[in-house]
Amino acid sequence: MKIVVCIKQVPDTVEVKIDPKTGTLIRDGVPSIINPDDKTGIEAALELKERVGGTVTVISMGPPQADVALREALAMGCDEAYLVSAREFGGSDTYATSGILAAAIKTLGYDVIITGRQAIDGDTAQVGPQIGEKLAIPQVSYVEEIKEAAEDHLIVRRQFEDGYHIIKIKTPCLLTAIAELADARYMTVSGIVDAYEKEIKVIGFEELKDNLELDMIGLKGSPTNVYQSFTKEVKGTGTVLKDASADEAVAAIIAKLEEKHII
Amino acid sequence: MEGFKLTKTQLLAQELFRNFAETEIKPIAKDMDEAEEYSAELLQKLQKCHMFGIPYSKEYGGAGADVLTYTLAMEECSKVDASTGITLSVHTSLCCPCINENGTEEQKQKFLRPLVSGEKIGCFGLTEANAGTDAAGVQTTADKDADGNYIINGQKMFTTNSGFADTFIVFALTDKSKGPKGMSAFIIDKDMPGVSVSPNIERMGIRAASNCAVTYENVVVSPDRLLGKEGGGYKIAMTALGGGRIGIGAQSVGIAQGAINETIKYVKERKQGGKPISKYQNTQFKIAEMQTKVDAARLMVWRAANAKDNHENYAPLAAMCKLFASEVANEVTRMCVQLMGGYGYCREYPVERAMRDAKITEIYEGTSEAMKMIISGSMKL
Repeated sequence: MKIVVCIKQVPDTVEVKIDPKTGTLIRDGVPSIINPDDKTGIEAALELKERVGGTVTVISMGPPQADVALREALAMGCDEAYLVSAREFGGSDTYATSGILAAAIKTLGYDVIITGRQAIDGDTAQVGPQIGEKLAIPQVSYVEEIKEAAEDHLIVRRQFEDGYHIIKIKTPCLLTAIAELADARYMTVSGIVDAYEKEIKVIGFEELKDNLELDMIGLKGSPTNVYQSFTKEVKGTGTVLKDASADEAVAAIIAKLEEKHII
Repeated sequence: MEGFKLTKTQLLAQELFRNFAETEIKPIAKDMDEAEEYSAELLQKLQKCHMFGIPYSKEYGGAGADVLTYTLAMEECSKVDASTGITLSVHTSLCCPCINENGTEEQKQKFLRPLVSGEKIGCFGLTEANAGTDAAGVQTTADKDADGNYIINGQKMFTTNSGFADTFIVFALTDKSKGPKGMSAFIIDKDMPGVSVSPNIERMGIRAASNCAVTYENVVVSPDRLLGKEGGGYKIAMTALGGGRIGIGAQSVGIAQGAINETIKYVKERKQGGKPISKYQNTQFKIAEMQTKVDAARLMVWRAANAKDNHENYAPLAAMCKLFASEVANEVTRMCVQLMGGYGYCREYPVERAMRDAKITEIYEGTSEAMKMIISGSMKL
């Protein structure tokens, strides 16, 4: 089974501070990490490989600095790594990005594609599903368990708001991973040594241009643009009811709701 | 290393060690110290990340990294728990090198491979009740019987890791008349008849580490477990200790840096006289002095590790880095406790443990006084 995992390098948001004047993220000196859901995806791919055999290929679109994220994936045990990187791809939104990644993955070949549900820097949850659509393959998002794995199909459990779905899906297919799917393993020291002995292959504009709609990549090909980033204003401080019994608490909440004409 | 900078491989390894230490070791370090017992689960996790075979060739199942990378592991682990540091160190830089540098191909396959691939834990038995700095005073004997086997008799003191180790490197006299030149090194398994490990010795610091007396009573050892030649044991032991000191230097740097990091967090929060104590010049100057010393110690450790990686004469550099770093660790942890005042003295805060743990770095794998003998000896005074 050829498993392809898509990962994104993101700023570690635990460390990110927001510039109070401009409202934008201060990225200077903030460490970069593999997006947490994507790291879960790597683990799920490695476990899938351990169950059914095959290879795990990791792919990322981003600037050359994303190299270290791919090395980390290799050090966790992925077999090979590709970096999709070109000036022409800069400024792509989720639509453009998924088009480029789909074209790149098509050149590599695949049975199962795993992406993280969403990235912590944009929180869109769009790139994974869009890759599936552009490759015209079945997909399941919010996967929390791979119950059964065979060459021609998977049975997965999808988390849902009020329950879950058990879905049988034919390969080739795409899954998006949530944290419940797997606990990412650590790198190993030997894996780190190996990771820097391997070559990370770069897929650039030249390699993909024949498979891309050229007006659908980069900043110009992106239907969405970020208009403004800002920190939400804190609205009031709220009231804390200390040492209230259940009945008193209920009475106090009802009174407040009535006062505000909510009920 | 490239100049004073770590390579990309070393940086990524450092990230692994830091992340592992923060996530897996730090939360249980205090409990392990209180219980005076090392977590078996943690040992397995360390082995799984290949942290018990860092500077060993992949040919024998090691991680294939260098000595410098090993010092990074020692520092990051010791920042949060010096007991983890010594557990790694005795295995990696005392037990394994004896086999790696002196073993036959067969011995390496049989004994080194499981140690560096993370299946087994090793320890090193040289010190005895009456043979410390004067290691030539070892009295444990290895007499040959009619079948050509060695019969080991004696007792070793302060054998770190012995409570859970599988493989023991033991030094014993094959020829009592020759003194240190009659000492030989043997590979012994914990489950051989006649090997008995005493309960943990109660100590001031590194209390989570296992450290026991081990008795060898008529232990029958076949000749294929002799390392090197008969009479070569003393040199094997001294060479291993020479390299081990780089690890203790790194452990000392870790203890000191960990204490500084905790102290910085505290002095930024603690307010006295209406402002955080980090705003007082006394605090700032003390922390500046401490960080400068720790950086200097770290560079000395890296220099010694680099020399070992490059097969240069590292022994005096290792002695210097251990002498300096261990003294810095003691000075810095004492100062950190002082800066944190009454809270620094409480067991709730990790600097109290760091101060207790630091003391041993001036003693084991050669005391500070022994380091001065080695350094001055190398200067041909």
